[in-house]
Amino acid sequence: MHQYLYLIPALPLLGFLILSLAGRHLSRSVIAWVGAGSVCTAALITMGLGIGFLQTPPANGVYTQLLWNWFSVNRLSVSVSLSVDALSLIFIFIITFVGALIHIYSTAFMQNDRDYARFFASMNLFVCSMLILVMADNLVLLYLGWEGVGLCSYLLIGFWYETPANCHAANKAFFITRIGDTAMAVGLFFLFKEIGTLQIPQILIEVPQHFANGANNGTLIAILLLAGGIGKSAQLPLQTWLPDAMAGPSPVSALIHAATMVTAGVYLIARLHVLFEFSPLAMSIIAVIGALTLFMAGCSAMVQTDIKRILAYSTISQIGYMFLALGIGAWSAAIFHFFTHAFFKALLFLAAGAVIESLHHEHNIFKMGGLKNSMRTVFLTFLAGAASLAALPLVTAGFFSKDPILWYAWSAENGNAFLWLLAIAGAFITAFYSTRLMLVVFWGEMKTQITERPGKRMVLPLIILAVIAVAGGFIEWPHNLMHLTLFSEQVQKVLPAVVLKENLPSEFIFQGIAVLVTLGGVYMAYVLYYQEKVTLEKWRQSPAMLSIRNFLLHGWAFDELYDTVFVQPFLFITRINKKDIFDQLYNGIAQLNVTLSRLLSITQNGSLRWYIAGVLIGILFIITMQLL
Amino acid sequence: MILVWIIALLLIGGLLSWFAAQWNKHLAKWIALGCTVAGLILVSWLCMHYKDAAPAGSTWFIDYKTNWIPAFGIGFHLALDGLSLVLLLLTFFLGTLAVLCSWTEIKEKQGFYFFNLLWTLAGICGVFVAMDLFLFYFFWEVMLVPMYFLISIWGDTNRRYASYKFFIFTQAGGLLMLLSILALYFIHAQQTGIYSFDYFDLLHTAPEAATAKWIMMGFLIAFIIKLPVVPFHNWLPDAHSEAPTAGSLILAGLLLKTGAYGIIRFVITLFPQQAQEIAWWAMLFAAIGIIYGAFLAFAQTDLKRLIAYTSVSHMGFVLLGVFAFNEIAMQGVVLQIITHGISTGALFVMAGALKERLHTRDINQMGGLWAAMPTMGGVALVFTMASLGLPVLGNFIAEFLVLIGAFSANATLTVIATLGLIFSAFYALRMMQKVFFGPAKPVSPIKDMSAREMLMMAALTISIIVLGLFPQPVMDVVRGVVQNLVAMKK
Repeated sequence: MHQYLYLIPALPLLGFLILSLAGRHLSRSVIAWVGAGSVCTAALITMGLGIGFLQTPPANGVYTQLLWNWFSVNRLSVSVSLSVDALSLIFIFIITFVGALIHIYSTAFMQNDRDYARFFASMNLFVCSMLILVMADNLVLLYLGWEGVGLCSYLLIGFWYETPANCHAANKAFFITRIGDTAMAVGLFFLFKEIGTLQIPQILIEVPQHFANGANNGTLIAILLLAGGIGKSAQLPLQTWLPDAMAGPSPVSALIHAATMVTAGVYLIARLHVLFEFSPLAMSIIAVIGALTLFMAGCSAMVQTDIKRILAYSTISQIGYMFLALGIGAWSAAIFHFFTHAFFKALLFLAAGAVIESLHHEHNIFKMGGLKNSMRTVFLTFLAGAASLAALPLVTAGFFSKDPILWYAWSAENGNAFLWLLAIAGAFITAFYSTRLMLVVFWGEMKTQITERPGKRMVLPLIILAVIAVAGGFIEWPHNLMHLTLFSEQVQKVLPAVVLKENLPSEFIFQGIAVLVTLGGVYMAYVLYYQEKVTLEKWRQSPAMLSIRNFLLHGWAFDELYDTVFVQPFLFITRINKKDIFDQLYNGIAQLNVTLSRLLSITQNGSLRWYIAGVLIGILFIITMQLL
Repeated sequence: MILVWIIALLLIGGLLSWFAAQWNKHLAKWIALGCTVAGLILVSWLCMHYKDAAPAGSTWFIDYKTNWIPAFGIGFHLALDGLSLVLLLLTFFLGTLAVLCSWTEIKEKQGFYFFNLLWTLAGICGVFVAMDLFLFYFFWEVMLVPMYFLISIWGDTNRRYASYKFFIFTQAGGLLMLLSILALYFIHAQQTGIYSFDYFDLLHTAPEAATAKWIMMGFLIAFIIKLPVVPFHNWLPDAHSEAPTAGSLILAGLLLKTGAYGIIRFVITLFPQQAQEIAWWAMLFAAIGIIYGAFLAFAQTDLKRLIAYTSVSHMGFVLLGVFAFNEIAMQGVVLQIITHGISTGALFVMAGALKERLHTRDINQMGGLWAAMPTMGGVALVFTMASLGLPVLGNFIAEFLVLIGAFSANATLTVIATLGLIFSAFYALRMMQKVFFGPAKPVSPIKDMSAREMLMMAALTISIIVLGLFPQPVMDVVRGVVQNLVAMKK
């Protein structure tokens, strides 16, 4: 089976080539078949590969395939070769499977768009790049995928390019992630200088030998690579692009900005876990960034009014949980949360897209309402997604993936009370905004008329995702409840198991607290947005509450901060130097010559007296010189 | 002998098309096209032939030498190694495109135009293969004067200013180089008693350290004006933006590369010791140039000027890589020379095509062009991405190799240079957005690319992608040369 490994990224690539070169001459149905078909086929191949992997695992746990030698100079030798182990397989599965569902959904969602072919071309290219990212066996190829997904994200955020705001959002996303990417590139240079290879397996072997525990250079490299991950995964302080990225079509948000690309940072850190494990400082930074991000973004999600922005902040926050888990060494928990999150968040975005389409492109949740009965399927699937996001105990996948993170935040060797508190606060916030979203959109009175209803191709993916969002968690249970760990068994073939502290209190206590806090969040939202709307009205009158709300609404004023500190000075410098200061210098020299020539030509005035005077002065001068 | 034929082909072709235009003005461009295509075929054949047949113990494929002015020790000495070979290939590739993109743009004095075009190309070819310093200087001038005419006759509104500036800057550098050549010539004669301008003779000249430094500076300044390096770059934006499309293409794609070639062939081989002494300064100026060029590119509103400043930025990588003195960076430099020629050439062709349609170079007058010309938009996207160093495209490999190589030579300066990757994204996306995205400006309906333009762009796009995915053949051809260069570091 593994000799067909290359087909998995090659099929979407083929789709991209067909659509981008001939897209304008193809009919819509052909475009849909090519666009969605390529990804669906890749998904089928992945399934086959996965089944083979589980039944008869390869000898060393890795399938590899060398395609060609990319370049080699001196000791730097880089090949285009793919490698799939349990970790990449999970990512490939999500990318192709969720990707396929989203593509099917998009064939209907984008039906009336002028640039149908361009949309699918970009989407296919994205899937291809993302697959290369997770299948690369060296960091240069990984970087290729890394930049490729950035490009596709840019193209798809700015898909509706006539609106300047969309282009602005696209540029912003590219610029900010590029800052992280550049740090990552420096990290690669540094790593190569230190270790002399960019092959991932070799790095994992060499790092322990090369860096003594906590060696400075190792830490520096880890932090540089982490910066790349932070940019892509929209973590503090490079998170500001993701909420604006919602300018793209909803399927794009579902695929790129929820399920796959934004978790590239998680993949990178997990992939190079040895490097990070050797640097306690880098690990602590990851954990703290994750914890702060999940809390801050969660707070912002509580007050948003745009349905997609709520989900965007929620994505930032959930990835924060993954980072937190990575930082405390709970590798498997992080990957499992990625796994469930991909399903329920993609589901939420797709369902939100269905709502937005049905309500004539309305994004504001307070102009929606009462859709519970009129859009039954969408409501039920949305409910499944939101419940999973809120991590309702035992009945949702989100619970099974988030609960271990909360537990490890305290109990893992690197965990502590501070991280746990932020995580538990985040759980409360998540439950609150999920419930708020549900109540405002689906209960109450109807405020906007439904103009059209989602068709079969949109509903089917929703149902499939909803089923997984509920049941997907059953493959991995907390140890104290049931001994079923299908997921972490696989992950731990690649990543180490979490190390716990000694003398811990019972896990049940922590689970109990988490459950209570979650239900508390749900209840509070129920009270504020359903039972006693008066309280909320009262808060809206208070200036203090209002300014806090605005502060959170604008994402903790990060945009304003960056605008003043970086953007404006840069624009100022480039503006004042538009004419190039050196040019003034050279023009000055030219001007000086012209002036001198004018001055000298004054002496050539045709008047004989002047010339005689000149000659005489000259003679006098020479004689004087002779005498001296 | 084949090298002589290649150059003669262009020189004679130039004269022919000038005369032919007297009776039929369409004949001129066909003759020019014929010459460049013939040259392209010849050089491709050379590539095929020498691809894996490097002669044992030597990096030189061809060595042709005959007397020219024996009294002064001036020989007609042409030689070809891997570096020259890939540069010749680039010259004829871009030369052919230069002829093609002048097809409809040039409406007057076509004969003289193609004469100048071919003679500039001949000068460039000569520079890449001349192994006699006097001959080298001769070709250096041959490429300069016709280019001056190209700008000053067929240029845009501000062409006189631009062409003077171009001429004076280059000539000032050329003068310093001439002085250095003569100094080296006389010192060699003093030491050995033989008067010779031959490159291989002069290689073994060892002037005193202090003198050598000054002589090297003469060469270096000539070449870094051409490259260009901040603060000697000011001729470039004017010349590029005022020149006709083919002129910009040749300037950016080839003339700048003669500067890079000169540094590699003369500065660091004739003066390895001295070059290493100034390596830190050179890398500093490289880093400054990368950032400074990017800042200026971001500020421009004139499309061609914007692209011109991106060249300033990208050529910084060449300087950085050369003075890193290691094989990886040096391979990156060679690739950067080629890929930058292709990608920036393509951007200029695109700017020219837009100018023909919209009659403006001001990006504020453009916008939303994707709707009307999606094909050109797609191509522009490819080359914008090449410009900001997106993997899959050749420029990435080049910049990656330069940076990863330079990092082990000087980490701090390389990190500063790497910041250029961020700023390149700023100007590249700003350009894309201003021209192709945003609301469509109400302009009369414009046509997407014609078949001729498609052909050109397809050739450029395919080459940049092939170089990005399969750069190894190029690297194999120049490996011998590069290893020799690096081995000079003692």
